[in-house]
Amino acid sequence: MSRATTIDPDFSSWRARARELLAAEIPPTEVFWSETGTRQGELFGEDDPGLPTSRVGEPNLADSNPSESAISFRVPKSFFGLAETVACHTHPERWAVLYRLLWRMTREGERHLLVVSTDEDVRRVRAWAKEVGRDLHKMRAFVRFRKVRETEEGREQFVAWFEPEHRIVRRNAPFFRKRFAGMDWSIFTPDECAHWDGRELTFSPGVSQSEAPDFDALEDLWRSYYKSIFNPARLKLRAMQSEMPMKYWKNLPEAELIGDLTRDASQRRDEMIDRPTREPRPAPKNLYLEKLEDQNSIALVREAEAVPEQETLSEMKTRAECCRACPLWERATQTVFGEGREDAEVMIIGEQPGDQEDLAGRPFVGPAGELLHSVLRELGVSREDLYLTNAVKHFKWRPSPKGVNHRGPTRLHDKADRGEIAACRPWLWGEIAKVSPRVILTLGNTAGQGIVGPDFRVLRDRGEVMPSPDLDFSGKAFATVHPSYLLRLPRGERGIERAAFVEDLRAAFSHA
Amino acid sequence: MNLTRKLEILADAAKYDASCASSGAKRRDSSKGGGVGSAGGTGICHSYTPDGRCISLLKILLTNVCLYDCHYCINRRSSDVPRARFTPEEAIQLTLDFYKRNYIEGLFLSSGIVRDADYTMEQVIRVARDLREVHDFQGYIHLKTIPEASQELIEEAGKYADRISINIELPSEKGLRRLAPEKNLHRTQEAMAGIRTRIEAGREEKKDRARKKRRLPRVYAAGQSTQMIVGADRSDDATILQRSDLLYRGYRLRRVYYSAFSPIPSSSSLLPSKAPPLIREHRLYQADWLLRYYGFAVGELTERSPGGGSNLDLELDPKLSWALRNREHFPIDLNRASREEILRVPGLGVKTVDRVLGIRRWSAIRLADLTKLRVSLKKCLPFVETSDHSPTRLQLEGDRLRERFLPPAHQLEFDFQGAATTAEGGMRISSSSLAR
Repeated sequence: MSRATTIDPDFSSWRARARELLAAEIPPTEVFWSETGTRQGELFGEDDPGLPTSRVGEPNLADSNPSESAISFRVPKSFFGLAETVACHTHPERWAVLYRLLWRMTREGERHLLVVSTDEDVRRVRAWAKEVGRDLHKMRAFVRFRKVRETEEGREQFVAWFEPEHRIVRRNAPFFRKRFAGMDWSIFTPDECAHWDGRELTFSPGVSQSEAPDFDALEDLWRSYYKSIFNPARLKLRAMQSEMPMKYWKNLPEAELIGDLTRDASQRRDEMIDRPTREPRPAPKNLYLEKLEDQNSIALVREAEAVPEQETLSEMKTRAECCRACPLWERATQTVFGEGREDAEVMIIGEQPGDQEDLAGRPFVGPAGELLHSVLRELGVSREDLYLTNAVKHFKWRPSPKGVNHRGPTRLHDKADRGEIAACRPWLWGEIAKVSPRVILTLGNTAGQGIVGPDFRVLRDRGEVMPSPDLDFSGKAFATVHPSYLLRLPRGERGIERAAFVEDLRAAFSHA
Repeated sequence: MNLTRKLEILADAAKYDASCASSGAKRRDSSKGGGVGSAGGTGICHSYTPDGRCISLLKILLTNVCLYDCHYCINRRSSDVPRARFTPEEAIQLTLDFYKRNYIEGLFLSSGIVRDADYTMEQVIRVARDLREVHDFQGYIHLKTIPEASQELIEEAGKYADRISINIELPSEKGLRRLAPEKNLHRTQEAMAGIRTRIEAGREEKKDRARKKRRLPRVYAAGQSTQMIVGADRSDDATILQRSDLLYRGYRLRRVYYSAFSPIPSSSSLLPSKAPPLIREHRLYQADWLLRYYGFAVGELTERSPGGGSNLDLELDPKLSWALRNREHFPIDLNRASREEILRVPGLGVKTVDRVLGIRRWSAIRLADLTKLRVSLKKCLPFVETSDHSPTRLQLEGDRLRERFLPPAHQLEFDFQGAATTAEGGMRISSSSLAR
């Protein structure tokens, strides 16, 4: 036996009724849904007397019934959002399909049903939701306000005419209220109108288009813009029509131009192609352009060679910015030169800049740098009193492995090879010669190799080391691991290794 | 000069910038304060021009007078286009007037370089600042920045803008030296590095305040993007995509826009004068997507491609083309394979793949499911296995598999709307849905 149930065509009426039906365990096959204001609804007239009669707007059983939560907690939250959207659709079967979904999810154990996009009910509901979503979106896009007047307090008043496909005016009104809070506006549609006066959002019955203004002085300017932003060399009418279907054109002031613009496009394009080309014009006298030219024509350092004795650290740094002695410059952002006191007693040499250092152009500002700072603090040493640099001055990286993570593709640190360390060695040795510290502390393999030679191995040679005899340095040199080595260790092992690292630093500093 | 004429010149001057996004801003609206505007949801395209591009923002230059001589640019100093200049007030009023009529989501403001980089930046910033601070404008603002401008100014620009961008223009330093002598690739990337750092610091600040439940004043732009011109120099697709990949990884760009070099009214003698390579542009957008969301590497897309090893296949989409060159990876069993593997099946997009993964937890995937998901069976059938289908070896190994996917030759005459034909081939495409 089928029961007729008539609701007002909105979500809250359906929800209230659906809850009652569900509580009364009435299966969807027995319910015949119809809407007030439609012929079917009038035909059936009275509701099924077997159900508690309640109409929209009136408080009803389900709204205050504690058992309702018992129903809703078994339904995925997303269902109600979906149902609310589908309620705006004009398809007459939407109420029945929604109720069937609800029934299947709660009474037939198909809780996961919404995930099964291929289920016929799910598919239909999703398709309706999509259509409503599109309608909502297109309304936000294609409503065109026309200014009607300005109040004495200077508040501008606007009216728009729009013809949505579905019953979306109420659903969309808050969007317009939030966006256009600072002006008064009305949106007229054939079904329902929305109004905002700066304080309150109100609704009134639909009107005909003749009620809406048919002119706004600014539309000529808007059309000028539309005409000018169009590029006749890349006509793609279909792409336009799929996003802005012709049914909307009648209410868009700019649409009247489409025909002409399209017709003339290929001719305009050909004219551009056929026009004689122009020769470059010499640069005008301008200080800024001259400065740029100087910057752009700085000599590149194409191969590693010993730094001249008379060069200062800052001159060296400027030159190093244009170093092309190995290929690493190409994929790095910038040269990360050393920094700190030029007369520092201790010089700390790391391996190479990482992701953060590459962005900032400064050594030891990433996670490993942070670890180093915390150890320095423990030892009572200030970064400002040291000279910090790296054995290799450009960031060497490889792409993060395949697979799609939420951060998107990133850069992973890669080990510098023998040739790259050698190419960068003159800069490092130049820094050592200028700063002339009493103590050098190298962190990690690459750093040790930078002053000792390619056979250096940090885990074997940790402690005091003998720098290469070619290096002009008379102080003491020590080697330890790089802080990033500590960061890569499993948590359990990190404590011991960190303590050893601290001791290595302490030993080195004791010679300063 | 009247306002209409200025608008014509300065919109015409701005239209070669493909960037149009108005999404990804921080959520906010005008319900407090006296202004108008909201942002933070998905972007809205308010209109479309017959070139298939959307109008989302009022895209203008503050002035098209320019000191630089970038050969691909309509506004370069050697060009003979008419010149104009908006006063900041004019640009502001136009933005507000258009916005209140719901023509636009906000403002995209760029400028030719006058006097020097800092002076120009200051002019641009002034418009954005007044919109925000004097008019309480909450709509979207995209500011084009100049890499040579000082860090402080780029910093300030980011305070008012939702997105800032610097155009890299060409993928190689060599190309820039020839065609844009004032620009420098590494300087541009350095500026991008600074912007990324600032954006991330802003994000941290935001999290920190959220933890302390403090209301957040505007911190910093939510993202940066860039544009590369395709077809103005001789760079191949591999070079272009390598550059994009580097920019995405290094500077976390939201988007790289590809803009087919398009004839301009007063073109340079150094440049090709022909119809824009629209299909190539489209293939680059597709490949870009594959790099970011499908786990492909640049090399995979161009290696052994019929495009000559360093260019994409123009005839087929890059994923299909890759699949045809790497048939040993297939068929992929939709009921067992990992997400990464399924993402490589031609014809299956990210959304469909995730739906397939959802469905198969409850029931085995059959061909009918694919039809319901609106998957093009023609495209994916040779590459997938389902509980009721497995492609014959013959099919997957056959020489004619590629031909099966090629567009019929006659499509050239039918589908073309005149100007969309390019020298490079005869397929009608719409890149606008991708370009958004």
